[in-house]
Amino acid sequence: MSENTQQQQSGAVQTTGHAWDGDLQEFNNPLPRWWVWTFYATVIFSLVYWVIFPTWPYANTYTKGIGNTITFKNDQGEEVTTHWNTRALLIEDMQNGEEALKQKAYLEKVNAASYEEILSDPDMMAFTESTAKVLFADNCAACHGPGAALPASAFGLYPNLADDAWLWGGKLEDIEETLIKGRNGYMPAFGSALSEEQLDQVASYVLSLSMDGIDAQKVAAGKEIFNGQAGGCHYCHTKEATGLESQGAANLTDAIWTVANVPSAPTTEAKLVAVKKVIRDGINRVMPGWSGRLSDDEIKQLAIYVHQRGGGK
Amino acid sequence: MADQQTDQQPLYEARRSIFPRSVKGRFRNIKWAILAFAYGVYFLLPWMRWERAAAPDQAVLFDLVGRKFYLFGLTVYPQDIFWLAGFLMLAAYLLFFVTGIAGRVFCGYFCFQTLWTDVFVLVERLVQGERPARIRLAKQPMNGEKILKLGLTHLLWLLVAFATGLSFVLYWGNAPDLIVDYFTGKAPFAAYGTTLFLTATTYVMAGHAREQVCTYMCPYSRFQSVMFDKDTLVVSYDSKRGEGSAGRAKLGKGLKSREERQAAGAGDCIDCGYCVQVCPTGIDIRNGLQIQCISCALCIDACDAIMDSLGWERGLVAYTSERQAEEGRRARLLRPKVLGYFIVLLVIVAALAWNVSHQQLFDLSVAQERLPLYVTLSDGRIQNSYEFKMNNKTGGPLELEFEVVGLEGAELDLGNFSHVELAPDQRLRLRAHIKYDPEAAESGSQPFRIRAVPVNRSDLQPFEKDAVFSWPGGN
Repeated sequence: MSENTQQQQSGAVQTTGHAWDGDLQEFNNPLPRWWVWTFYATVIFSLVYWVIFPTWPYANTYTKGIGNTITFKNDQGEEVTTHWNTRALLIEDMQNGEEALKQKAYLEKVNAASYEEILSDPDMMAFTESTAKVLFADNCAACHGPGAALPASAFGLYPNLADDAWLWGGKLEDIEETLIKGRNGYMPAFGSALSEEQLDQVASYVLSLSMDGIDAQKVAAGKEIFNGQAGGCHYCHTKEATGLESQGAANLTDAIWTVANVPSAPTTEAKLVAVKKVIRDGINRVMPGWSGRLSDDEIKQLAIYVHQRGGGK
Repeated sequence: MADQQTDQQPLYEARRSIFPRSVKGRFRNIKWAILAFAYGVYFLLPWMRWERAAAPDQAVLFDLVGRKFYLFGLTVYPQDIFWLAGFLMLAAYLLFFVTGIAGRVFCGYFCFQTLWTDVFVLVERLVQGERPARIRLAKQPMNGEKILKLGLTHLLWLLVAFATGLSFVLYWGNAPDLIVDYFTGKAPFAAYGTTLFLTATTYVMAGHAREQVCTYMCPYSRFQSVMFDKDTLVVSYDSKRGEGSAGRAKLGKGLKSREERQAAGAGDCIDCGYCVQVCPTGIDIRNGLQIQCISCALCIDACDAIMDSLGWERGLVAYTSERQAEEGRRARLLRPKVLGYFIVLLVIVAALAWNVSHQQLFDLSVAQERLPLYVTLSDGRIQNSYEFKMNNKTGGPLELEFEVVGLEGAELDLGNFSHVELAPDQRLRLRAHIKYDPEAAESGSQPFRIRAVPVNRSDLQPFEKDAVFSWPGGN
């Protein structure tokens, strides 16, 4: 048992007065009283909090808080007033927050500006890059790839938007039209119209337009077919083989291949096979029109974004 | 039995009011001087003007909305956040260094808790009178005099607290405009909220909590003991001299002169209690070093005043070290710990000074687009795309033109922005295409540099940034 030997020296720490085994004592450092008040204050704080904010679950619902509501517009544009919750708080902030209003004002400025004005204003360009990047990722990247270009393994499936070849025209107005109406990139299959030899000749001619070392005889014969009635290729690709933008016909004289996978074919023979395959089978690529899904302003931003990828015309 | 005894002891301790007596002396003068200086800086600095081209003319302005801190001729941008780390390290090591040498110097002379408590005690004394008068007032029942004096004290405290809170707010906006907005109700909510919060904390901490802050709230007072050693200066009582062989004794019959006292074995301490009365934390320094002691040295002033009046030598309560007290030798200043702190301090100061003086006035970053890394153009050249980000911190307008260096024959395509103008503090992003024919080069990439030439500023060097051009065939 402890004995009571209250030791009290001035300046020394008080003990509880207990002593065990003769000299084992217990210090008594009482907590300051304001500390307890602070604790009571937190209790009062939580009581107030319970009233104002959603707190207690009961049955299949919970207390909603009193006099603390958030009003925002829902997806249908209706005004909704709800009890305080962080999700509504976020929506409200996205609609009326300081940054949201700033963004809105900027968006209006961009929407009101002409293409030429936007292209000449670095701030508007940077802003459009940021907003359209999201639009592109949501709507375009599924086919065209997140960087507006597909990896080599997906060659030819969808046009590369990051280079400077524009099947349907690279001016902003052309890109806008493509976005609004969509495009149908169609080339008939020549597999039944041309013999295997003729296919070989046309392919040789087409390949010779952008590389050397192709059999000159075949090239000459191929050119005949290309520009004559037998093939009729020049109707869309023109006699110079530079392509008609109104038809979405590719320029065959440049270094870019959009469908025939010439770049990754290792030998001239393989390149010929790649070109021949396209002539034989034809092309039918469709891009849908986006006017139903995207607003005019969104299409405008996207047109600038796409124009900027490869450096448009 | 023991339980009964325990029950009688309170679980919680009420704060015992402390009524510090005023004192005059060396250390008090130093403290007044520091207080005047600190208050002068704190309250007047927001009003100091400083000419600036594109920002408010306030010498010290923390512009949170604009994300810029203005410190006299220096503008601190978010990118300079490392300086804050450097500054905090500087502050921490300065604290360690000073504490290693002279103990709780910060607590006793510079801490805002000490400074503001000092002012609040001063207010209390001017309104209610010296210590005995204040004790009497506290004890007397509530009457007109008490209400008046206490009311006036608290009103003045609140005024000081409000001025403190308001002054703090003025650092975060242009003071002359902000104060007009403030009193016409047009200032942002944060201004009122901050003032209210700081007024409340100042009033509570300096008026009511006082030494409780140091004893119970401040972490520094708790961990500084690890920085103490035998040579650290602490305020202490010379108990050998003070207590003599028979203990301290009041001046009394036969114990008047020093010779009489020494003959009687009494020490030099006349137990006048002045050192206890002046103590702002309410302790008795004669009990030795205590955690509550903030080293304010007012007890030294008190004891010196008594010793002077008796004609005895000073130093019964004095700054001394454990080594001096025990071995009678002076405290060593050049100790490994102190030198170590000092060297670290020098390194931090040098690094910070170098970094601040070499602040980049123009930020240029060049990020290569990764997806796609390159594309083949219709003329057979390869194109890489880059995002240039820049930030004009020169304080004036900047006209820039860009060049590609180290990529022979490359074409830089910036659309309409081959020549850009940047307003002061303007940030800009540009999209750049570089067209280049790598010909027969084997490796798949080549490093080069983007050079931004400030065409309107001949005093500025061109800014250069490293970048890489990639083409197929490499890794």
